[in-house]
Amino acid sequence: MKPVLLIDFGSTYTKVTAVDVEGEAILGTAASYTTIETDINNGLNNALAELEKKCGKLTFTETYACSSAAGGLRMVTSGLVPELTSEAARLASLGAGAKVIKVYSFQLTEDDLDEIRSIKPDIFLLVGGTDGGNTECIVHNAKMLATLSPEFPIVIAGNRTAARECQRILSGCTVYICDNVMPKFGVLNIEPTQKQIRDIFLKRIIQAKGLSHAAALLDDIMMPTPSAVLQAMNLLAQGCEGESGIGDLIAVDVGGATTDVYSIADGMPRQMNTVYKGLPEPFSKRTVEGDIGMRYSIRGIVEAAGIDAVAALSGLSKDRVKELVDYLAVHTDVVPGDDDELEALDYALASLAIETAVSRHAGTIEETYTMMGKTFVQSGKNLTEVKQVIVTGGSLIHTKRTAQIASHAMFDPAKPSSLRPMGAEIRVDRSYIIAAMGLLSAHYPQTALRIMKKELENDGYTEQAHS
Amino acid sequence: MEETKRKKVLVIGVIGADVHAVGNKILYHAFTEAGFEVVNLGVMVSQEEYIAAAIESNADAIVISSLYGQGELDCRGMREKCDEAGLKGIPLLVGGNIVIGKQSFEDVEKRFKAMGFDRVFPPGTPPETTIEALHELLDGKE
Repeated sequence: MKPVLLIDFGSTYTKVTAVDVEGEAILGTAASYTTIETDINNGLNNALAELEKKCGKLTFTETYACSSAAGGLRMVTSGLVPELTSEAARLASLGAGAKVIKVYSFQLTEDDLDEIRSIKPDIFLLVGGTDGGNTECIVHNAKMLATLSPEFPIVIAGNRTAARECQRILSGCTVYICDNVMPKFGVLNIEPTQKQIRDIFLKRIIQAKGLSHAAALLDDIMMPTPSAVLQAMNLLAQGCEGESGIGDLIAVDVGGATTDVYSIADGMPRQMNTVYKGLPEPFSKRTVEGDIGMRYSIRGIVEAAGIDAVAALSGLSKDRVKELVDYLAVHTDVVPGDDDELEALDYALASLAIETAVSRHAGTIEETYTMMGKTFVQSGKNLTEVKQVIVTGGSLIHTKRTAQIASHAMFDPAKPSSLRPMGAEIRVDRSYIIAAMGLLSAHYPQTALRIMKKELENDGYTEQAHS
Repeated sequence: MEETKRKKVLVIGVIGADVHAVGNKILYHAFTEAGFEVVNLGVMVSQEEYIAAAIESNADAIVISSLYGQGELDCRGMREKCDEAGLKGIPLLVGGNIVIGKQSFEDVEKRFKAMGFDRVFPPGTPPETTIEALHELLDGKE
């Protein structure tokens, strides 16, 4: 036996997973409250004590961790045109596991500076202009940022012509120069920036957030939790040497405050008569819906889906839905348990959270008529042929209706413009191992992949949404 | 180290609900061959897309094609939008089958110039003519 310890310092819980990399099995999992205010190790030790109760004393040969504690990795970005370089900056940050607090476009104003000052981001990503293109905007924004004498590090990943000038303007600040996130019109190049962001997270943010006590225990890796999840999903979809993946997939994590969606798929148009518009999206794409969550953001679900939909799906009256939503928005730790009414409501909310979040993540298609006949215009990713959907989050784990809830991620004939999967296998991450497997994948990809294939329970096949 | 001169940047594409892709590809190759940096938006391009691409790439000119006869409708307001977006004075060129029916080209050219287009080309214009016009408009400008 060769036990490895994987830790996820979450905003609420510190989760630990013990894995035997020789036997390729999970030895046990445990969780305890995160103790960022005092010493992060207290919470960790509590979780480890819990783990020891379950699986006895283990001597770990290696320890790896990821973290979304202390607000996660909070980023602000600025680009030039909203749907071009600003969007590229947003996609780059999300894919690096960041929480994107604000995206600015065009020239920063004094009001924007006030806002940035109060946001106090962990990292600022400054982009704008294709290589050889516009320099005016990024140079202006560098000058504006310089007036803040920022303590946060700034990553410059815009027009390469202006990179050194921006660096000079920001001398005295911590600045990193990366390749342009959009070197040519419509071409995304976000990996170098994402690597830089992870690097900064490892070197600086961990200390700034009081995680360095824990870092002393660890061997080499520490990354933002969403970044670990994205790595796990990439591995699960694409496989590694000696072990094949399960193919294109979508993963949805419905949380209390936000809903994260990941897609690992190309998603470009399938038909000859389809024209693609807008920025091509990354193969591994992550989006976060900050207004969609089961408790803290419960009102966001009702707002996005409409109270009629919540009432219809739950079978409760609109008035009762309103009452319960008001109650749950305040009592965020309430779970349905044996309460049938709450179970029905959570079923409806989780279904609509998935529907809303996946619809926003997926691309759209529009039919237009031209002189040459019917033509389709696609923007964003076409996920209709994705055959695997992975779901996690309390509302999907502690329910008998997981597949039914997950079916709301599917294509809906009533909304044919939304390019969601036609039919897919549903897999559930019942023991929250995905982030841990992302960590493990750095050194033991085959083991991590085989464990995921085994542990992510298949909950059946489902086709398009039924309401 | 040899200082390379910045190539002039053109944004090109076929405007409106127009899917004629062949001429667009020919123009892309002809302009690239002639030494321009070409941002090709392909077919079914909206006014906003030309403008967004021109801003990011700091374009020197926008070349609009239209082959299906609705060009006049599609091009209306383009100059004003460019002004609004900070692309004041950017050369706008248009060509193809830009109007429908039998109309004298002089009238058509007059109407498009009144809309703010710098050069208007009749059907069957060879790429060389457009390239020449681009040199006239752009050479010597920084």
